[in-house]
Amino acid sequence: MEDWRKNKFAFGIFIGPATFWLVLFFMLPLAVVWVYSFGGRGPQGQTIITFSLANYQRALEWIHLGIIWKSAWIAGIATLLCLLMGFPLAKGIAFAPAKWKNPLLLIVILPFWTNLLIRTYSWIAVLRTRGHLNFALEWLHDKTDMAMTFLGLPELMGTFHPLALLYNQSAVIIGLVYVHLPFMVLPLYASMEKLDRSYLEASLDLGAGHWRTLFNVTVPLVKPGILSGVLLTYILSIGSFLTPDLLGGTESMMIGNLIAQQFGSSRDWAFGSALSFLLMYATFIILWIKTVNAKDGEATGI
Amino acid sequence: MSDNFFKFMTRRRFLGASAGVAALQFIPYEAWSAEEKQLNVYNWDTYIGETTLPNFTKQTGIKVQYDLFGDNEEMFAKLKAGNPGYDIIVPTDYMVEDMLTLDMLETLDHSKLPNMSHLDKAFLNPAYDPGLKHSLPYMWGTMGYGYRKSKVKGTPDSWSHILENKDPSLSKRMSLLSDQRAVLGGALKYLGYSMNSHSATEIGKARDLVISAKKDILTFAEDNGQDLLVSGEVDLCLEWSGDIAAVMADDSDLNYVVPKEGSNVWVDNLCIPKGAPHPGNAHTFINFLHDVEVHMEIANTIYFATPNASAKAKMSADYTENPAVFAPADVLSRCEAILSVGDDARLYDEAWTAVQAA
Repeated sequence: MEDWRKNKFAFGIFIGPATFWLVLFFMLPLAVVWVYSFGGRGPQGQTIITFSLANYQRALEWIHLGIIWKSAWIAGIATLLCLLMGFPLAKGIAFAPAKWKNPLLLIVILPFWTNLLIRTYSWIAVLRTRGHLNFALEWLHDKTDMAMTFLGLPELMGTFHPLALLYNQSAVIIGLVYVHLPFMVLPLYASMEKLDRSYLEASLDLGAGHWRTLFNVTVPLVKPGILSGVLLTYILSIGSFLTPDLLGGTESMMIGNLIAQQFGSSRDWAFGSALSFLLMYATFIILWIKTVNAKDGEATGI
Repeated sequence: MSDNFFKFMTRRRFLGASAGVAALQFIPYEAWSAEEKQLNVYNWDTYIGETTLPNFTKQTGIKVQYDLFGDNEEMFAKLKAGNPGYDIIVPTDYMVEDMLTLDMLETLDHSKLPNMSHLDKAFLNPAYDPGLKHSLPYMWGTMGYGYRKSKVKGTPDSWSHILENKDPSLSKRMSLLSDQRAVLGGALKYLGYSMNSHSATEIGKARDLVISAKKDILTFAEDNGQDLLVSGEVDLCLEWSGDIAAVMADDSDLNYVVPKEGSNVWVDNLCIPKGAPHPGNAHTFINFLHDVEVHMEIANTIYFATPNASAKAKMSADYTENPAVFAPADVLSRCEAILSVGDDARLYDEAWTAVQAA
């Protein structure tokens, strides 16, 4: 490819529209939010520009740090589960016969064709007390009960009590894993696709077992993909507010919900802006760690 | 159509007073035909009759763009930085007060709202907008419990049922609203304080009470408590009266009660935000909604209490005598409107964050 310095005009034409779009609809609004974050809340919820650090000071109070810490944990668990499920899935697709790869990838991307809100609502229908999962369990229970009665043990199974699956932290994690799994699978797949199979064959030939080959050969080779997938999943998870809002119980507030509360019912846009920027700074730090990690010049997979 | 035409018609309407009432009814539509036949309405979800909008378009030729909001703050947030083109909004009492302070509402021209005469006189001079200069009451209601009679022992007529639950079978079978002023307000009422307390100590006590009640609460519902109740997810929920009254019509096992310590009573209002592109059509629409027949159809659909005395007089007993629509007078006398608390809103916000984080 040509060096951009040799043809600045053509380069400008290609990069112009995207830059214009980003500056006008991303950087400028972001700058407004940044200015807001130094402001204050008027008695009716107006945003007053005051240039003080009070909002950041408030954001660093224990209660807010606690919410950030909890969000970090929940996002961490969701990311780990995504990795554990996404890794074999990505490997399966990457090693599948060529004609199957695209259909399989399509299935991974398919959920994006439906709106996130609808997909989250459908989890309510699955998980609630009188939801599909509890109905299935009840059916299983009844059938087992019938079989036991037939075998002469009528009281063994007892009565079925539906499980409390919705409105708690596990429901939030299930929702987060479901929503973000494709963001883990795609970068992993991109890395594994490029993986030279002969390394794996060599490892197995030379006496390493499957587990050792996995951890000592495959994982180091696809590390950029793992890193991209983990970061993408984590950053998206930690900022989410819809999933905890709809599936969470009374203790599921995440940092995204706190920010939404400030822009909504509390009408304190200034404090909400400060919280948003705090979250953004944290994200930048994570990204910076990634860049430092990926310094050896390897492609990152996406 | 020029300004001259508008002035001409207005003058004619003025002179036409002697020409008979029937003619007078039609002239406003003519006068406003200078506006394009379009109206942008921003209303709460499930808050209008089934035939209201089609009938309005049929009668006036004005097309309605109908958008929905979930709470006052969402609506406020959308209009705060400038009206994106709405002609009609439906803020609750305290929000009318705040929006007036911020000069966000147009003055209503009462001469274009003859159906105002149907309003119950108790609604003509509210504290948040004396003389109804900028708002016209649409519907009112209370906040209380919706509950399943077969699962709840007795009548849960006190805040103690949810804040100090003694019945283990109701643990995690109850929901509160995801609304800081409503929930903390309920706790304040139970403690004997005002829903609009400015005292950090009182709000702190209410916060601690709600935190201690959390072990029995399933979730803070986003105004969908009635759905949780119907789907069997909870047996008792905190909700707005009409939302429960509407589901009670389909399920005789459900009931509604306002806690005896008092609760929230509110009035939602039809307003025209500053910068509305079609203020003439907006007046036509507000007047249309208070037409007796139109209003009856709305009330029969949404089951909130009507401030329209003429419509109420013609409604059937299962609406007018329904305690879920019209709360008993003695309980109502202990209910309060939520008022704007100015800078002390932060006390409620911090208490609410503490409740969520605990």
